[in-house]
Amino acid sequence: MTLESDVGVFVAGVLSYFGTTVQQAAQCGTPHLALGERPEISDYTGVIQISGKRTGLVAFTAPKSMLSVMLMRMQETDMSHENLCDLVGEIANTLSGNARRDFGHQFQISVPEVVSGRGGALEYPAHGRPIVIPIEWRNYHARLIVCLQ
Amino acid sequence: MDAPQHRLLVVDDSNVIRKRIERANELPEIEFVGAARNGREALELHAQLRPTLVTMDLTMPEMDGAECVAKLVQRDPQIRILVISALADKLTAIDALEKGASGFLCKPFTDRQLNEALRKLISGG
Repeated sequence: MTLESDVGVFVAGVLSYFGTTVQQAAQCGTPHLALGERPEISDYTGVIQISGKRTGLVAFTAPKSMLSVMLMRMQETDMSHENLCDLVGEIANTLSGNARRDFGHQFQISVPEVVSGRGGALEYPAHGRPIVIPIEWRNYHARLIVCLQ
Repeated sequence: MDAPQHRLLVVDDSNVIRKRIERANELPEIEFVGAARNGREALELHAQLRPTLVTMDLTMPEMDGAECVAKLVQRDPQIRILVISALADKLTAIDALEKGASGFLCKPFTDRQLNEALRKLISGG
């Protein structure tokens, strides 16, 4: 698959996730390669390790305020740190799992790991070129980071 | 009103999803009886709670959903299991059905889609 088609798979996944789960459309900005820098992460980041035919990671990173509003839209009243971690991990899991529709059964995904805090760093595969897909939902900004080999 | 005829166990490693499934169920025939965070807990709760219906995630720590589906069906061939997973490829769905699941619902899902899938599960559709 080409870089463009990889990105298209994940953009479609993001749009479907927001339209279905919180029933308010999100918009994806122009995806870009993070060259010579590590993509910034936000308050909470859900990370899925990819193995099998492809290797690398998929990470969804979002501010606390955005995740809290998403929980409210899901009729969840518990905005605890644990639930925010849970949600960000579940989003990363869903976006990665949905990609198997296009990438197939051999696109194997791990259970989510969660990084909290903006100071954390993600471990990218050597020679990996992370692609950043900006996501705008209401007035919030999140990112999907895809680094596949 | 008649008592619910079906007892539901929800299995998912996400607390948010477990609570959402419990909240979203609108079918009076279904009573929520418990929730488990992985396949191992689900087997323990099955022995205690005797659910007749299960919603089952697949990607979970300790024991994944596919293994748990096979063990539950071996233990209780009448049990009906709805797999609810983000793994959207056909082979995953086929594998879950071959292991004994009765239905497959892909995440993300709306409340309406969940209720429709539960309705099909209890009607045997």
